[in-house]
Amino acid sequence: MPTKSYLEAIREGMRDEMRRDERVMILGEDVGAKGGVFGTTEGLQAEFGEWRVMDSPLAESCIVGVCIGAALYGMRPIAEIQFQDFILPAVDQIVSEAAKMRYRSNNDWGVPMVLRAPFGGGVHGALYHSQSLEAMFCGVPGLKVVVPSTPYDAKGLLISAMRDPDPVLYFEHKRAYRSIKGEVPDEEYTVPLGSAAVVREGRDIAIFSFGMVVHMALEAAERIAADGFECEVVDLRSLRPLDRAAIVSSARKCGKVMVAQEANLAVSIASEVAAIVAEECFEYLDAPVMRIGGPEIPAMPFAHALEDFYLITPDKLEAALRTLAAY
Amino acid sequence: MALTVTMPQLGESVTEGTIARWLKQPGEMVAKYESIAEVVTDKVNAEIPAPAEGSMGEHIAAEGAVVAVGEPICTIETVEQGQTGSAWHQADGEAAAGNGAAAEEPAEQVQPVAPEAAAVQPAAVQAAAAPPAAAEQAPPPVAAAVGAPPATEPGGGGADYHLTPAVRMLVREHEVDLAQVEGTGLGGRISKKDLLDYVQRRDSAGHAPGPAPAAPAPPAPTETPVPAVAVAAEPGARPAPQAAPGEGDTLTPLTPARRAIAEHMVRSRRTAPHAWLMMEVDMSGVARLRGARRAAFEERYGAKLTYLPLVARAVCDALRQFPTLNASWSDDGLIVHRDLNLGIAVALEENLIVPVVRNADRLSVAGLAVAMQDLGDRARSNKLKLDEIQGGTFTLNNTGALGTVLTQAIINQPQAAILAMDAVIKRAVVVDDAIAIRPIMNLGLSFDHRINDGLQATRFLRKVKDLLETIDDTGSLM
Repeated sequence: MPTKSYLEAIREGMRDEMRRDERVMILGEDVGAKGGVFGTTEGLQAEFGEWRVMDSPLAESCIVGVCIGAALYGMRPIAEIQFQDFILPAVDQIVSEAAKMRYRSNNDWGVPMVLRAPFGGGVHGALYHSQSLEAMFCGVPGLKVVVPSTPYDAKGLLISAMRDPDPVLYFEHKRAYRSIKGEVPDEEYTVPLGSAAVVREGRDIAIFSFGMVVHMALEAAERIAADGFECEVVDLRSLRPLDRAAIVSSARKCGKVMVAQEANLAVSIASEVAAIVAEECFEYLDAPVMRIGGPEIPAMPFAHALEDFYLITPDKLEAALRTLAAY
Repeated sequence: MALTVTMPQLGESVTEGTIARWLKQPGEMVAKYESIAEVVTDKVNAEIPAPAEGSMGEHIAAEGAVVAVGEPICTIETVEQGQTGSAWHQADGEAAAGNGAAAEEPAEQVQPVAPEAAAVQPAAVQAAAAPPAAAEQAPPPVAAAVGAPPATEPGGGGADYHLTPAVRMLVREHEVDLAQVEGTGLGGRISKKDLLDYVQRRDSAGHAPGPAPAAPAPPAPTETPVPAVAVAAEPGARPAPQAAPGEGDTLTPLTPARRAIAEHMVRSRRTAPHAWLMMEVDMSGVARLRGARRAAFEERYGAKLTYLPLVARAVCDALRQFPTLNASWSDDGLIVHRDLNLGIAVALEENLIVPVVRNADRLSVAGLAVAMQDLGDRARSNKLKLDEIQGGTFTLNNTGALGTVLTQAIINQPQAAILAMDAVIKRAVVVDDAIAIRPIMNLGLSFDHRINDGLQATRFLRKVKDLLETIDDTGSLM
């Protein structure tokens, strides 16, 4: 199986689906001639033309609003928000319109739209190019939210998202674009929305995470395995809906639970996973649930040393895992 | 784990229900949401869905029993009962089956179930651990080991510590004497790992756990079935002589539906002083309209254009003009209903049912025809939802379909009146001092004389008559 980068897998997912389904189109800032600020849509306008890969004004509300309209008209639009940080002007369109369309039209209308946005820190992006805003959308019924951490899942989840009859927010960790590579089949396949994946089996501590943090959790797990503690690493992949069964299964199996994410912890994915574990696994717990995340400060700092302080690292996870193992 | 299933709230004012039939017998497997029992209140058959997958435990309420809302009707043993319950136990090859303590699974979160076929209110379910009765009958043999030592004689370092839920569960399951286990966790805490390591050493050394206790017996029935409620005799009245079957007679047991109808009829006659009046309606225009349009109507709407929706449309208009006919009596005052929910009596072989067209006044003739045909079809196949047979504010009874010419109906409580449509029959009538042949329908109105006098009732009926007689074949069906 050929090895591809996370970014290539995303591009391939879009390209293959556009070849299969002429309703698929892309709208976003600089997605056309430039091929996207990260190069994700490189070559797509050349292949599919300006009507299917369309440059938009610098207006996120317009990008999403037009995509909602196109979706209602029968298209399968992909809205690209250049950085997740810039999604905020479009939140009204996403939350008030896209998420509610099916409900408010009594199931007559759906919005089969994918919204792609790079998120996350570690690229010296500072305040406005580093945020992890997934929790804002994960509490909104009517939306689905996915975050792939591997190239394989990036392509498979994107194809599933494009074929879903309802809006899917597809958040890409920008640091993974070129740093994460993996095997990706050339042919078409899907990864189901709403399912987590056990990426490392273990019996002592269950680690739930998503995005880049999954890779750090795997590294930390290897380090403490040398001392006889086997971690089970679960890549949540789908943040809404969460794969409740997978969470419960691994939490019960291990009895000790860590949830790790890049964003700050208050009212977050980690909070939700911890709540599920508390509700459904109480009798199986052998330690308090441990949550690891960013500090409660307004934004990713610019100074590199402070950025390091903010971010999750394998070292931080290893130390926390040792504390949990010793409980 | 045993779940206790209780009688669901089957309607706003419903306080009890009768178990008409058990659909699942004790020991039978049930899927989540699968119907486990038919319940009858007033005139409806609703089905209670299983709140969880498992096997039917005990029928606490027998068939025919009247059970108050919220009272238990049966138990369901959920599938986790008798299993070890967690993946790591299975991985370790430990069998906890037969251990009485293992039955104390964590209480599963049981969501009230919204049934699909019968949209009754969610079945109220109590998640119960092993019932107290069962626990007493089969005490877990490790109770002493679990209860006393850990706090006072902690194994390992002797520090004061708590056992986590996971460790407690394993102690019960593997019958561990905690004094034998060394704690390596924080402050000498016995961790799950410590306990499992100990169990592995102990069991591989040939120490077999004590004999497994007998499986807990199912809890004894806590209630004797409540006898079905009898039709209440009129208070203060002399009881009517009770009929007894004579030689050659047969005694057919009463179905819950029959009982409910009987109770309702007696109550209506007793509470509402029925007055009755009738008018003849010349249906010439309606008949012409129907003749001219029925084929196209049926093709377009897929419903038959009978007299019923046309009369229903006129009744709705007249009720809007005379709202005290769309009302209910209460001791605090006359309740005039905002909504107009038209009940349509449907005769079934063994009983009758009155499905309700909600907000009927908002529907055209076509809308009424489609709604009534749908409700009628589903009434006959017993597929009505609960909210489709309650909340009526006025009832229309089309006995004419069976050929009647004079019908005195009993009011469907707590409504103010019921209108019976008799058969449309061609009769010789005098029109403009000449004898003409006209299709005539009798409309008989039974009304509660507490709420309306003859004046209002007559004006209402007159309005229905006028509306029907002024219809011609250009009338709108939309």
